[in-house]
Amino acid sequence: MSRSKYEAVIGLEVHVELKTNSKAFCGCATSFGAEPNTNVCPICLGMPGTLPVLNRQMVEYAIKTGLALNCRIAEFCKFDRKNYYYPDLPKNYQISQYDLPIAIGGKLDIEIEGDGASKTIGITRVHMEEDAGKLVHQGNIMTTPYSLVDLNRAGTPLLEIVSEPDMSSGAEARRYVEKLRAILLFLEVSDCKMEEGSLRCDANISVRPNGQTKLGTKAEIKNMNSFRALERAVEYEIDRQIKILEEGGTIIQDTRTWDEVQQITLSMRSKEEAHDYRYFPDPDLMPLKIDQAWTERVRASLPELPDQACLRLVEEYNLSQYDAALLTATKDGLEYFDACVRQYPQPKVVANWIMGELARLLNQNNMEIKDCRITPHALSQLLTLLEKGTISGKIAKKVFEEMFQTGALPDKIIEEQGLVQISDEAGILAIVKEVINANPKVVDDFKNGKGKAAGFLVGQVMKASKGKANPEIANRLLNEELSRL
Amino acid sequence: MALTIKEVEHVALLARLNLSPGEKELFAQQLGAILEYFGRLNHLSTDGVEPLAHVLPLANVMRDDEIWTPLDKEDILANAPLEEEGQFRVPRIV
Repeated sequence: MSRSKYEAVIGLEVHVELKTNSKAFCGCATSFGAEPNTNVCPICLGMPGTLPVLNRQMVEYAIKTGLALNCRIAEFCKFDRKNYYYPDLPKNYQISQYDLPIAIGGKLDIEIEGDGASKTIGITRVHMEEDAGKLVHQGNIMTTPYSLVDLNRAGTPLLEIVSEPDMSSGAEARRYVEKLRAILLFLEVSDCKMEEGSLRCDANISVRPNGQTKLGTKAEIKNMNSFRALERAVEYEIDRQIKILEEGGTIIQDTRTWDEVQQITLSMRSKEEAHDYRYFPDPDLMPLKIDQAWTERVRASLPELPDQACLRLVEEYNLSQYDAALLTATKDGLEYFDACVRQYPQPKVVANWIMGELARLLNQNNMEIKDCRITPHALSQLLTLLEKGTISGKIAKKVFEEMFQTGALPDKIIEEQGLVQISDEAGILAIVKEVINANPKVVDDFKNGKGKAAGFLVGQVMKASKGKANPEIANRLLNEELSRL
Repeated sequence: MALTIKEVEHVALLARLNLSPGEKELFAQQLGAILEYFGRLNHLSTDGVEPLAHVLPLANVMRDDEIWTPLDKEDILANAPLEEEGQFRVPRIV
């Protein structure tokens, strides 16, 4: 298969649950994992005669998100009914926004893997809607004898964020969703947990021969529940479509599901069976008028976003673009870094410890930075002890690991385990002399010009001092003694 | 003008209604008559008239993000034809 002869065109629709206290149009709680049907009322149950009332916080979050994605906020928008018959929404329609969404025409930049370049992905629109309930099948949906309906999620506020078809690989699709997720987490409008379904993603994918301007027939892929699944599903689908074209076939427009077990996409329904939603304005809800003052008030409340934070780290702290991007990948990570730098104002040193030792230990223990027991104050204390020469770099790493496990302060660990570095010259000189006397053969080698021999002797000095001798002093004294022989 | 039988079948499918051949004929006539009646609106000139999102001159009707007490689970499930493990039991629908 000659992938290089084709271009893939990918657009993504991302749904995120907003972390409001209550649902979009009623006062039921939005908590995840509650006992089935315990956060349900006549409104989200779709009882006749009930009236929805819009949650102000949902609108605020939508404006916030729109602004962070560089969209224009609509001065006028409204809600529409998207009609479909399925037991996950008992009203038989979903309240959504059709032709007048709250935000349009934005963009975000993604970094292209490897070469440090970036690519701009257009955001077509952001609109507000309500989530559906949850259907629990007995095994597979195709073979289940019946399904159980839990309406706790029905009516949870959602944003649908639609991108332009600006991506051309699984890796770019993944980078886009990762970046979008980081922005939403910095905004604190959603907890964006793919595995819990508070961030869900559908991909529209088509391929065309290089140079062709007309778009190929697209397929829509659903059910990708992790970044890895998204990347793989997109790559699989691109290959599938190219293979069909190479074999002289035609692509049928359909909706497909990603099968995580088989690692393939499977057709769910063709275009002929596609839904006919018959949208119309919801007469139960009044339109929204968002004036300049409202938009500007929300704009003023925007926090620092990943790109701005990254720029700050590069410009103010002189960190590399790569390091800055790593440190600003999550809000928790950035807050931790900033707090540490406030305590110990040497950003490069702090960055190296966070990206080195801390990242290694977090990975090893499958933990996140918010679970980290080393406080910024404790890290600052450790780095000060290291800077003053009270402990060596090697010991510092050992202490750091102990701090990570127990949460204890470094001075306490150092005292308890007797790890203070020996900088007393007389003490080290005594050890140096001992080592020279104990290793006459190595000393001879050194005199015969074997440079390596000195390294061995330094090692012996460190070993004899249980790693506590100040290495610089040890080195200097050893050289002085050897040159005297 | 009557709807075609095909159009009636399409609308019936969307509404998940099972219609007999006689009903299809009947609704083709009746739905056609309803559409024809509303079709009279097309004769009005709407030049210079802004599209209307709502008949009431209201906007920005919102509530604070506060939680209220939900219904009791027994009440929620009271109308369920079938119930299992505190949930509505429904036929498989793909």
